[in-house]
Amino acid sequence: MAAKKTSATANVSAEELKKYYHDMLLIRRFEEKAGQLYGMGLIGGFCHLYIGQEAVVVGLEAAAEEGDKRITSYRDHGHMLACGMDANGVMAELTGREGGYSKGKGGSMHMFSKEKHFYGGHGIVGAQVPLGAGLAFADKYLDNKRVTFAYFGDGAANQGQVYETFNMAALWQLPVIFVVENNQYAMGTAQQRSTSSQEIYQRGIAFGIPGEAVDGMNVLAVKEASEKAVAHCRSGKGPYILEVKTYRYRGHSMSDPAKYRTREEVQKMRDERDPIENVRSMLLTGGHATEDELKAIDKQIKEVVNASAEFAKTSPEPALDELWTDIYA
Amino acid sequence: MATEILMPALSPTMEEGTLAKWLVKEGDTVSSGDIIAEIETDKATMEFEAVDEGVIGKILIAEGTENVKVNTPIAIMVEDGETVTDAPASAPVAAATPAAVAAAPAAAAAPAPIQVDNTPDWPEGTPVKQQTVREALRDAMAEEMRRDDTVYLMGEEVAEYQGAYKISQGMLDEFGSKRVIDTPITEHGFAGIAVGSAFAGLRPIVEFMTFNFAMQAIDHIINSAAKTLYMSGGQMGAPMVFRGPNGAAARVGAQHSQDYAAWYAQIPGLKVVMPYSASDYKGLMKTAIRDNNPVIFLENEILYGRSFDVPEIEDFTIPFGKARVWRQGTDVTIVSFGIGMQYALEAADKLAADGITAEVIDLRTLRPIDYDTVIASVMKTNRCVTVEEGWPVGSIGNHLSATIMERAFDYLDAPVINAGHDR
Ligand SMILES: Cc1ncc(C[n+]2csc(CCOP(=O)(O)OP(=O)(O)O)c2C)c(N)n1
Ligand SMILES: [Mg+2]
Repeated sequence: MAAKKTSATANVSAEELKKYYHDMLLIRRFEEKAGQLYGMGLIGGFCHLYIGQEAVVVGLEAAAEEGDKRITSYRDHGHMLACGMDANGVMAELTGREGGYSKGKGGSMHMFSKEKHFYGGHGIVGAQVPLGAGLAFADKYLDNKRVTFAYFGDGAANQGQVYETFNMAALWQLPVIFVVENNQYAMGTAQQRSTSSQEIYQRGIAFGIPGEAVDGMNVLAVKEASEKAVAHCRSGKGPYILEVKTYRYRGHSMSDPAKYRTREEVQKMRDERDPIENVRSMLLTGGHATEDELKAIDKQIKEVVNASAEFAKTSPEPALDELWTDIYA
Repeated sequence: MATEILMPALSPTMEEGTLAKWLVKEGDTVSSGDIIAEIETDKATMEFEAVDEGVIGKILIAEGTENVKVNTPIAIMVEDGETVTDAPASAPVAAATPAAVAAAPAAAAAPAPIQVDNTPDWPEGTPVKQQTVREALRDAMAEEMRRDDTVYLMGEEVAEYQGAYKISQGMLDEFGSKRVIDTPITEHGFAGIAVGSAFAGLRPIVEFMTFNFAMQAIDHIINSAAKTLYMSGGQMGAPMVFRGPNGAAARVGAQHSQDYAAWYAQIPGLKVVMPYSASDYKGLMKTAIRDNNPVIFLENEILYGRSFDVPEIEDFTIPFGKARVWRQGTDVTIVSFGIGMQYALEAADKLAADGITAEVIDLRTLRPIDYDTVIASVMKTNRCVTVEEGWPVGSIGNHLSATIMERAFDYLDAPVINAGHDR
């Protein structure tokens, strides 16, 4: 069972590259807008932004097929946009309104879409890992050739239930891809302060689960690794671990004074490794898109994001009796 | 077009703060993500980032200003080449008004006449057979698994070993290893996997070897299974059963003897069943498997081998939320559930010897609770004793006492007693 590191450059068409640019930029602009609405008091409670990590979910989704499932933690807005959920419904859930995906009862951390096979949105660190393996368990039971992407953080990787799940997923050959979004910090704890061995992708070795680490600031590398992982799972060979090395630019949530890392560290990442800039320059230098085309994409995204903010401000507050509905089916 | 930069809320509770420092000056060009100011809240000094690109046209609040309310305009941003005077002042954005706090439940009105449903569990004259609780449980699960392919049983030793307490005897043979699944000893993990599979449309029955071990899985029972339906606005939930022996067995020590009835009964989103007789085990288990919510099914090891009448009815079910009156009486109401019923019935026998007739009620389900049957009985007997294995603090008995006080205070001739003791 190999656990290895790869750096990949995949073959992609200009159209695909433009789609990745679009999808990543949509997440970034959406999250910036969410930050803005939070600042205005329109979003309350916890709100964890995905800025900096866009290439992870966009690269992984590039290998997904209709019917594949995904599940993640509270840092979930990017995952929802990337699997095709409607920006209006996501933003209105952030503002706790009736038009939100959970009718305003889930908030930033808890949204779901049966239609898009998005299973949340979970607030207990690590809980989505066995839940994700359970989605894969159902797919195997129903023999429908679907795979599940179960995303979790470098911090969550220290939860015992992750290893309980690795064991059963390998034992029962469940079609689940464990995606470790290693953004190097769990709240204020840098990975080396919490984790005895830094190479999370190797943690499947004991269970016979293949693992791979990939540069999460490079959407093409993520896509290629994702294709491999998906092929492995779909062919019935059991689970796969993908550790995606990434970085979050913003605070852990909105109330993070960010004293655990330097401003220079963040700035250097933004200047040198930004996943969106990376694709933008690939598109321009490769002659796959013109400045004008990219401007048009930017403009269209701005419109979508502004419309979502407008919707999220004007959608009504949920009726009070919503407090007593959906407790029992 | 000019836009106002507003004092941000930098934490869930922030209402105002100190604008400690400007990191930009008028005329500076900024792009989204640039840190433009430092703001002190009661908890920390936070950096404030620009969310749009543009030029700082005018700074409205000087650095060092304290008590700046959230949403106050602190600067004006303009586009390249524009000046502030070109820009029309925009109306400040109103913050969302917090939703009004939910109204308290209406005060209890004068007690309405109570209609109690006391139809028997099976029609008179139905043939019955003697069955143990163990057999009744196995039959209930097997019948439901024949009826619905999405139902499966998972747990430690449920398949090859035929169940640690032999509840799943014969089930592996009938349903195969796809549907009767031995798990490793990993309660948190397999409970989570089962909940995930329920989100995706299966109907798991999770056996805990005993409920003492479900403490390792309680996060998935409560946070994942019970809360998802609400948090998803009704889109998905966990139709499943968590079952196993609960409470004290014989001489197994403190760690293997806890009664969890009151713990789980406290949780909205769960349904909680704790039967006494074999017919209830059977009828309620079948209802539990068909229910679209997570059901906690609390069994009792001592009762597993006990025999009761079970009706020979093709598809026998018992609804949740309907208590059973085991014995009619006029002097005192004894309310219990699970193995507590054994003590309640024995007590009623002793009281009868003294000429006191006790009405004995088996709640059978603890969420929902059949309050009406209890209240109607107390209105008749004017006295009530509750009996349960669990500790009295925060018990089912405490809750019933409170409910009786609210709904039948004037009918009581003596305080309600919760049998039980701790220090
Ligand atoms: C079981 C549990 N413990 C603690 C918390 C509080 N908490 C929320 S997020 C977090 C850090 C998680 O970091 P990581 O898994 O790396 O994910 P990231 O936030 O970086 O995406 C903590 C400690 C929680 N929600 N759940
Ligand atoms: Mg992290």
